[in-house]
Amino acid sequence: MSQDFLNIAGREFTSRLFLGTGKFSGNQAMASAIAASGSQLVTLALKRFDPENPGDQMVAHVRQEGVHLLPNTSGVRDAAEAVLAAQLAREALETNWVKLEIHPDPRYLLPDHKETLLATEQLAKLGFVVLPYINADPVFCKQLESAGAAAVMPLAAPIGSNRGLATLAMLEIIIKESKLPVVIDAGLGAPSHAAAAMELGADAVLVNTAIAVAEDPILMAQAFKLAVEAGRMGYLAKLGAVSELAQASSPLTAFLQGTP
Amino acid sequence: MGTKPASFTEVFRKTDWAQTKAMIEACGPREVERALSRAGAGRPEDFAALISPAAAPYLEQMAQLSQSLTRKRFGKCVQLYAPLYLSNECLNSCTYCGFSREVQIPRVRLNEEAVLKEVAVLKEMGIEHILLVTGDFSDKVGVEYLSQAIDWVRPHFAQVSMEVQPLAEEVYRELAERGLHGVMVYQETYGPRYAEFHPRGSKKDFFWRLETPDRLGRAGIHKIGLGALLGLDDWRADSYFVALHLIYLERQYWQSKFSLSFPRLRPAQGGFQPAMPMSDKELVQLVLAYRIFNENLELSLSTRESSALRNGLIPLGITSISAGSRTEPGGYANPKAELEQFEIDDDRSPEQMRRAMAQMGLETVNRDWDPRFGLNLNP
Repeated sequence: MSQDFLNIAGREFTSRLFLGTGKFSGNQAMASAIAASGSQLVTLALKRFDPENPGDQMVAHVRQEGVHLLPNTSGVRDAAEAVLAAQLAREALETNWVKLEIHPDPRYLLPDHKETLLATEQLAKLGFVVLPYINADPVFCKQLESAGAAAVMPLAAPIGSNRGLATLAMLEIIIKESKLPVVIDAGLGAPSHAAAAMELGADAVLVNTAIAVAEDPILMAQAFKLAVEAGRMGYLAKLGAVSELAQASSPLTAFLQGTP
Repeated sequence: MGTKPASFTEVFRKTDWAQTKAMIEACGPREVERALSRAGAGRPEDFAALISPAAAPYLEQMAQLSQSLTRKRFGKCVQLYAPLYLSNECLNSCTYCGFSREVQIPRVRLNEEAVLKEVAVLKEMGIEHILLVTGDFSDKVGVEYLSQAIDWVRPHFAQVSMEVQPLAEEVYRELAERGLHGVMVYQETYGPRYAEFHPRGSKKDFFWRLETPDRLGRAGIHKIGLGALLGLDDWRADSYFVALHLIYLERQYWQSKFSLSFPRLRPAQGGFQPAMPMSDKELVQLVLAYRIFNENLELSLSTRESSALRNGLIPLGITSISAGSRTEPGGYANPKAELEQFEIDDDRSPEQMRRAMAQMGLETVNRDWDPRFGLNLNP
């Protein structure tokens, strides 16, 4: 386990739990939850802080020892705006990492793949480490590999829905086929969902609502930390095969016994 | 081929006011319970049940459900904005309004210098989202003034919205390019008494107003605000029409975000008497009903309401509030109560409001937009 690093674009992570910073009751609650989660990669929306104000309280609370910032482009509606947002964030936070979110639909916040592909290509050419938030679409994941993405972030369920692995069948294919790290994002509403995602072989998960909205966000952050670790260990330990059939005592192929 | 674009008028014409009132009145416990069992399904008949008198005994259950839906979708966050009244000039004669042209008050239109004085006070209060408000001066000069005003304020705020008279689609497009984010246009009432309340001025044109959100949607405005002036006529029927309007708009303009406000008319001494005054309990019921009906809606509550009611209601489903508001042009730098459009009830400052919210376990979000989004700036 001690050698089990997650590597994205040459950066190594020991924690496979990424955190979102929206929806908290305040900066202090958010900072404490980040610390309790052990997360080393934390997203924050460019629209929530003032890039021209270096003393911005939100940014100050996210900056913690060992925590890398992953600015996201939430609020943009197309590739051009996303590229602009990534550049503003790079300037403000001094990181070339970006979580690319393009959701022109403000209600379900579902990603626009056409614009996401365009923006991934452009941002990769501009030297960004691009982690796109996407629907659980295996073919699109392959297209993002070619476009220069550093990881893929397919959704488990609509964002904020807490519904768990609603896109399970597609996530299984993505995990099996992807050359890039797969970070399951959105919809994980309980520590058990995160554990299940990790057992499946996801490289990491990103959680926000379930922690921020909990009565006790710090305790919930710890719970997710342990669940992600447990799920990862379960995956590495190789789960036994699941069988829906009992092992029959009179096998159907018994008649073959003794035949050549 | 010059075919008229789709509009809410088609839906509106199919729905009868008197039948709507009767349908809401006829809802019973069975309809209410069914509505509660399928929260978020967005069915108009469920909304009708939740605002009906039959839902009154279910208020606590509605509050629990509304609060949990709100936390899930919006977290423990409530956005803060403040209105910036630019002018009290008005060409209309709305029988209930303090800015009505018949009212004998000095008329003011702030110039750039006066606007910037207001901006300085608002910035001092930590305001990042503002709502520009005027009366109706739909003449050419009025529209030019609005675009100037957006240019004056835009560099100072993360988000600029507007509540003025209905405008043409191309004007909205142009204002959006200047950085206008959202537009609030309240129908006031969808009922047959509209003409009686709006006897003169451009507001007389019911359908021009009714189709405004369509024009906003086509112009690509990010946030569209709807509402009825509660108490002007039957608030239940009016709210049902707002819900129909919303269902229509969400499907038609899927890239816009929608916001609802709850301006409530209350009997004023010697002033306008609302036909159907709405009680506190009924206002709470209405807010909860909207949330259970649609979990993605922005629900906004202004300083028209008392601090006690706001403290109780905000945590149940509200996601946007104003604080420290002045409703007279120039009122932040230079308060003059006699010029107010309506009286403020909750007079807590933004800072006091932030502290009160923190005590309720809620974060007041000052900034939730980057003003450069949507401006088509080429990087």
